[in-house]
Amino acid sequence: MTVLQNFEKTVLSEVCPAGEAWMCEVKKGQYFRIIDLEGNQAVDTLFISAENPSERYSATDTLAINQYIYLEKGTTLYSNVGRPMAIIHDDNCGRHDTLGGACSCESNSVRYAHETYPMHSCRNNFMYALAKHPIAQKHGLNVRHIGPNINFFMNVPVTAEGALKFEDGISAPGKYVEIQAKMDLIVLISNCPQLNNPCNAYNPTQIQLVVRDSEEA
Amino acid sequence: MGLSNYHNNQTLWTEVLPGGHHWSGRIQKGALLQFKALSAHANVSLFCVHADDKLERFNMPDSLKGQHTAFLSTGNVLYSDLGRVMASIVTDEHGWNDTLCGASRPEQIKKQFGTRTFQDARNQMYQSGVDGLLVEMAKFSLNQSDLSATVNLFSKVAPDATGKLSYVTADNTDQIVELRFQMDCLVFLSAAPHALDSSASYSPADIQLSLFKANPLSESDICRDACPQNQRAFANNARYYALSSI
Repeated sequence: MTVLQNFEKTVLSEVCPAGEAWMCEVKKGQYFRIIDLEGNQAVDTLFISAENPSERYSATDTLAINQYIYLEKGTTLYSNVGRPMAIIHDDNCGRHDTLGGACSCESNSVRYAHETYPMHSCRNNFMYALAKHPIAQKHGLNVRHIGPNINFFMNVPVTAEGALKFEDGISAPGKYVEIQAKMDLIVLISNCPQLNNPCNAYNPTQIQLVVRDSEEA
Repeated sequence: MGLSNYHNNQTLWTEVLPGGHHWSGRIQKGALLQFKALSAHANVSLFCVHADDKLERFNMPDSLKGQHTAFLSTGNVLYSDLGRVMASIVTDEHGWNDTLCGASRPEQIKKQFGTRTFQDARNQMYQSGVDGLLVEMAKFSLNQSDLSATVNLFSKVAPDATGKLSYVTADNTDQIVELRFQMDCLVFLSAAPHALDSSASYSPADIQLSLFKANPLSESDICRDACPQNQRAFANNARYYALSSI
């Protein structure tokens, strides 16, 4: 049974169905929580500065500044100009990925077979949001603003020899991750529809998204 | 190094990219760009986009997950975000090219090495990777939004069992990396130190750049046939160039 989470000071609580794009804005200081309602769901997430969309989450700056390959509770997420965008304030999943990027019909054609090209993908979700979502239109977002993303709840172990593996998720129903914004953020999510590998346990499911004010606000 | 299997050994042009400095140019499909480190401590942060459609750019995550690796070396290719091969790494004498850390930021260079401006030191000034790349990209009307993850040639960054990343030093003197281009690319280079370079002094190696005409791919190619994923990506290039020979 799906259990939604409830909080004091909630300003937004929505459910994003399996495989869809989703956007919101999060003000500096607010908490933004993603809840894996049914387990083993990869959530491809981009953070973009609301003040200046040419500043966005940077996987490479986050890896180089933290000198650490996974995202965990306490990890600061940095932008492409090296500024803190958000911190992972709370988490009960354990580890999240920022190497795997987003699936796309083009990369599916390379990874699996040309016949997978028509299958729904995260990059198509990002493009749909760029084309249609009022928040994307308000900020004038386009494909140039899309960079390597975070895959919340995804498990991509890397060995000391540099091997990279996509393993079954370590998430489960009710697992969550919560960031606190360090600047005003645009959030762009694809609730991953990938069916060709175990990142969603071959069964993409819905997620809950919650924005709430901090206790002090 | 003996005769190459991947080009005709006739240099079309050669020049030195001094350590710390930056460069850009259009490299055509069928050309091979050779990088030779001229001293111990080399790094080249490379970013590239499709010359005819600059929104098609090198995609680090797609390159890593497609080839099941956390670094790029001989036999690997650079995928674009449209599922095509931009360039093939046909030679890598260092054995590891980092793609995790991006180009070095001005703050990282300042923290590790201090500051040397043009006024202080003329062309011996300390430059960062990001600023060098942005200067080169601006020549083509590209900016910070267009810059994504780089390939850091001659640099190794590896995780330990817990996931902590470390820069692994090596003597790069005379090492060669060769990229064979599979589409026309705008190529942006910075020879500034790597973001995690822990050297005591700012002493990035000069890099000899040499361009060759690549040999046609043989029946079994070191990069195309390294894995079925690369074969399918090359097939995507063939579709793109369906009216011309690849």
